[in-house]
Amino acid sequence: MAEYQNIFTRVQVRPDHPHMGVPLERGVWTREGKPFFVYWLGWFGNAQIGPIYLGWLGLASIICGFIAIEIIGLNMWASVNWDLKEFIRQLPWLALEPPSPSYGLSLPPLNEGGWWVMAGFFLTASILLWWLRMYRRARALGMGTHVAWAFAAAIWLYLVLGLFRPVLMGSWGEAVPFGIFPHLDWTAAFSLRYGNLFYNPFHMLSIAFLYGATLLFAMHGATILAVTRLGGEREIEQITDRGTASERAALFWRWTMGFNATMESIHRWAWWFAVLSPLTGGIGILLTGTAVDNWYLWSVKHGVAPPYPQIFPGVVDPAATGGMQ
Amino acid sequence: MSQSRAVVGTLVLLAVALLAGCERPPVDTVQRGYRGTGMLQVYNPRTVAATAEEHAVPEPIPAVEAGGPPAGTVYQNVQVLNDLSVAEFTRTTVAITSWVAPKEGCTYCHAGGNFASDDLYTKVVARRMFQMTRHLNSEWKAHVADTGVTCFTCHRGQPVPARIWFVDQGPKTALGPAGDRAEQNAPAAAVGYSSLPYDPFTAYLRDKAAREIRVAGPAALPEGNRHSIKETEGTYALMMHMSDALGVNCTYCHNSRAFYDWEQSTPQREKAWHGIRMVRDLNETFLDPLGPTYPPHRLGAGGDAPKANCSTCHQGVYKPLYGRAMLPDYPSLAGVPGPGAEAPAAAGAPGGSR
Repeated sequence: MAEYQNIFTRVQVRPDHPHMGVPLERGVWTREGKPFFVYWLGWFGNAQIGPIYLGWLGLASIICGFIAIEIIGLNMWASVNWDLKEFIRQLPWLALEPPSPSYGLSLPPLNEGGWWVMAGFFLTASILLWWLRMYRRARALGMGTHVAWAFAAAIWLYLVLGLFRPVLMGSWGEAVPFGIFPHLDWTAAFSLRYGNLFYNPFHMLSIAFLYGATLLFAMHGATILAVTRLGGEREIEQITDRGTASERAALFWRWTMGFNATMESIHRWAWWFAVLSPLTGGIGILLTGTAVDNWYLWSVKHGVAPPYPQIFPGVVDPAATGGMQ
Repeated sequence: MSQSRAVVGTLVLLAVALLAGCERPPVDTVQRGYRGTGMLQVYNPRTVAATAEEHAVPEPIPAVEAGGPPAGTVYQNVQVLNDLSVAEFTRTTVAITSWVAPKEGCTYCHAGGNFASDDLYTKVVARRMFQMTRHLNSEWKAHVADTGVTCFTCHRGQPVPARIWFVDQGPKTALGPAGDRAEQNAPAAAVGYSSLPYDPFTAYLRDKAAREIRVAGPAALPEGNRHSIKETEGTYALMMHMSDALGVNCTYCHNSRAFYDWEQSTPQREKAWHGIRMVRDLNETFLDPLGPTYPPHRLGAGGDAPKANCSTCHQGVYKPLYGRAMLPDYPSLAGVPGPGAEAPAAAGAPGGSR
């Protein structure tokens, strides 16, 4: 059991016969392929790969995703004149940009944002199909659909950024480019344009849930690993049948911070924090530009942003005073 | 055991490799705003010491006695510095030679012994540069104050200043209906190797009708501010250049919690505002129209004349030459620009302006 007292996974289950899964109830698709084991993957998760279930939804999702990635990748490659070396060298800078704001919500020519609209369509289709696949697979296994709904929270933020907000603003040009550095520069520019996103209360909530989720994840992961030698990995059974692992874990947190979650509630804590991060973030993005134009001034108006003493009094806008030229 | 040692060793090596791009501490910080606002300038004292020589000023040539006939009546074809005494004229032109063409000497501008000749394009350009220098020293005190500029501020002993710009023709992209860069997303030195629009100079500094820099609105709620995020990226790109050109970060001028707000800004932002207008004026009135005067090898890939931006004078420090004034030693460079100086495409630019 001391094998658990380690920061890396040390236990690999290697059965004589790979687990093939529970029987599928209906449908033309089956799980396919001969399962195999990978020692290195066993360090991070289950060493068993396969059998694979594809299904119509999975197939359609992968095709749509492939088309989107192709459109984005080939446009990036074309933007360096099909030079493979430059493509690799400049990849972090390359992007497929949304149309110029002058096109509004119309369909622009392919090379002026049309490719972006098309890539966005296929990527969205791929993501929504994958969500449906996730939901259906959970149902097929007789599971709850918690994972699908958590994924839906992320999809909400994605759709706000790329679809809902641009439509409300009347311009595809408001949307995010597909690219590594470009989407980060877009984020900075978004905050600069709308008067500092840090003063957006939904952004604040989103960050609080994001950091809170990572904190909860670390606390929970550490607690369970710390009590595995006492049987703590049987978390679900210990919800109702509290063993010594559960009792000690609870006592540890009551000692150190005066309050403890339960074997059940800690998972709800983690799920809600994780889900609320993109949910609140998406609300904050959706309100930006549509309901609020300058978050700093909004915060001043509502007493959120404190005034600081002026170090350099008398600095005035030269344009407002006529300037010199 | 040896396996985990190998893993730890690899991790240490990776950490060292990641840190290899960093400057070692200590660095100096200079507080520029109210405590807690993070308005700090960061300087690496070793870098400052190593580059100090690049910003040193040359010893002035000893002053000459006043009086004597003006150069314009003694020499032929003196159009700008004609109000100087002969002695001061000689002193000034000797200084200018040492600032601009120390290796090439007088003949860089003056053709074959005939000092009056305008045969060399360099002389025509130099005359226009005198007018420009006088113009900005007298008309743009809001930016250059009494420190002013001389030829040395930009030239630093080179016939062509090191930091000039041309219209960026953009990286080579494929022909056909894909691969548009949207004028950004290329690692460009002009914008600090970010993926921001790579030519902020043409958009914001080329002429007085340049694009508006302000994008954030003055109202909490939407009241008709239609500036787009793409425009903001352009503004951001220009600011990256200014930061790089002056060797400062955003908070030299701005309180980053409200970039737009003048009340929370430093006085340097006012200086910079005038500086932007000054550069637009210089590019439109003096530098861009010189295109037809230059031989092709002095022009950019798009056939345009070399132009100025913030780094042309500043060259990486917050005040050019760390604020040391050379102008008081050469007061003639702050005189009247001369006839026709304000009009674009004057003096030897027969091709007209862009």
